[in-house]
Amino acid sequence: MLGLTKKDYNLLLIVACLTMLAPFILNPFPEGSGLAQFNAGYPDLMQRFVIFGIFAIGFNILFGLTGYLSFGHAAFLGVGSYAAIWMMKLLTTNVIPAMILAVAIAGAFALLVGYVSLRRSGIYFSILTLAFAQMSYALAYSVLTPITGGETGLQLKLDDARILDGALGAGEQARANLFGLNMSSSYELSVGSWLFTFNTGYYIAAVIMLLAFYLAIRIFRSPFGLMLRAVKSNQQRLNYTGLNPRPYTLAAFVISGMYAGLAGGLMVAMDTQVGPERMFWTASGEVVLMTILGGAGTLIGPVLGAGLIKYMENILSKINSDILHTWFAFLPDGLEDFIITLIYPFIGKGWHLTLGIIFMLVVIFLPGGLVEGGQRIAKLFKRKDDAEDTAASTPAE
Amino acid sequence: MGILEVKNVGKRFGGLQALNEVNLSVAENTCHAIIGPNGAGKSTLLNCFVGKLIPDTGSVMFDGQSVLGRTPYEINQMGISRVFQTPEIFSDLSVLENMMIPVLAKRDGAFRMHAYADMMSEKDILEKSEAMLEDMGLAEKRGMQASSMSRGDKRRLEIAMCLSQEPRLLLLDEPTAGMARADTNNTIDLLKQIKEERDITIAIIEHDMHVVFSLADRITVLAQGTPLVEDHPENIKGHPKVREAYLGEAA
Repeated sequence: MLGLTKKDYNLLLIVACLTMLAPFILNPFPEGSGLAQFNAGYPDLMQRFVIFGIFAIGFNILFGLTGYLSFGHAAFLGVGSYAAIWMMKLLTTNVIPAMILAVAIAGAFALLVGYVSLRRSGIYFSILTLAFAQMSYALAYSVLTPITGGETGLQLKLDDARILDGALGAGEQARANLFGLNMSSSYELSVGSWLFTFNTGYYIAAVIMLLAFYLAIRIFRSPFGLMLRAVKSNQQRLNYTGLNPRPYTLAAFVISGMYAGLAGGLMVAMDTQVGPERMFWTASGEVVLMTILGGAGTLIGPVLGAGLIKYMENILSKINSDILHTWFAFLPDGLEDFIITLIYPFIGKGWHLTLGIIFMLVVIFLPGGLVEGGQRIAKLFKRKDDAEDTAASTPAE
Repeated sequence: MGILEVKNVGKRFGGLQALNEVNLSVAENTCHAIIGPNGAGKSTLLNCFVGKLIPDTGSVMFDGQSVLGRTPYEINQMGISRVFQTPEIFSDLSVLENMMIPVLAKRDGAFRMHAYADMMSEKDILEKSEAMLEDMGLAEKRGMQASSMSRGDKRRLEIAMCLSQEPRLLLLDEPTAGMARADTNNTIDLLKQIKEERDITIAIIEHDMHVVFSLADRITVLAQGTPLVEDHPENIKGHPKVREAYLGEAA
């Protein structure tokens, strides 16, 4: 179906169900309960899940398939964001043209960066991309202030041109919309003590992520995808098989740059402001972590990795020592304090430490990422089933 | 006029004259062996044919066109395929996928942006790849990851990949190096079969005299970067110059 094999089609269906039902799935705990802070079903975070999902899916097309590790992908995300906000300022606050421009500009910039960086491979390639990204960051921060707004960045303002949009009514503000549908509008559903939020912006981002995911599956399964994997496996043989690796890697680089631009454009569509920190090298590193954590070269891995990191960043970091005290209040005082002292470095601002440990454990014990973990568990159950089957059938013979 | 014409080729690495005034002509549809002791310049010469090295002097013509200054993939698209000393295959990919890549390269050229097409619906590519695997006795290994095959099977796959491009000239760089006797004999049989069944010219570099004398129609002996003799195999065996090059003056 849709030109996919049954297995890929099922994977797409699962991802579609998960994203469409996310407001339920991510809000398993009733409001007001002690566990409610583990709920991730609020629009802001759900949007981040899918946007960084797109970013990581795109990054994986380059890194997972060709093995070229770019350390500067946040630059394309940032360029996409700036392009999108300028579109909204000058032309219309409708998000569609903004995202189209974001993808186009990010793609063009990726073509330039890729053309230069892909002259080298391995560590030199990584350093070149890192240099480009840091250069972009520095330029956006200083020299290009007229275009980028420098340190303060850009926001939508009342006196923006917006050539295609009508004049705003009194007291109205310019808001990102899809043909009049406001991105920040939400519908809240209250069931018992549970509260589920269905946000327009999230659903638009989720549908775009599904399209991006579908496209990634098609690329993975295409002859082009095969060539990219061949680049990773043995460039020498590829050369001596009459194939030119350069345009293949460049195309992969541009495609993944466009994915990053799309993610950047969506960020602006959800929250109409941009700052240069979006292009900082830690942002480039984050997408590398996401991809490796989830499983580089797998389809679903990057999405899982993006979800896990964004969940930890937003949920784990909100736990503070007061919350710990309420959790462990049942313990005798001395023990309570001791346990809290033990846990404290791993929560709140220390969430990076937890992330670091998880990352190390995954890289050492599950080189294939979370996806490999899932596969191992599935295999374990399968073997158990097989063992039971044979045990059950032996006495009958 | 041979299909591969090498004229006055010289190559110097620093103080070492690796190749000196090499002249060679490989006739179409023959098997031409290049032999010589270690350091004779055999591999250097081969690298000059495929675009890995550019000789300092002389010319290398394939089918009337110069190969010098062209990249390896361009030379491959002209019709020269190369088998490496240690099998160069796509180890991370399955055997069938390995096979599909050269077939795709033959059909689509050096680059084609076919990112939205489904590979498994490329019926002609699949059929051709499977037929080739069948031919080479690798059909039942099609789903295996290439890196988990035996050395002999890897070599077989690499040769299959080269042949699937229907090259006019097949270059073999010590195809039996490091192989057990049985694997060597298998490879010889395979190459003999290829020679008989296909319109193909083979140029082979080899150490193992058993392999050379079983396959070659013509032999060039290289020593210290210069061809000593070029003749039929039966005349090479007892040639005094060859004995001298291989065994030293005492022989």
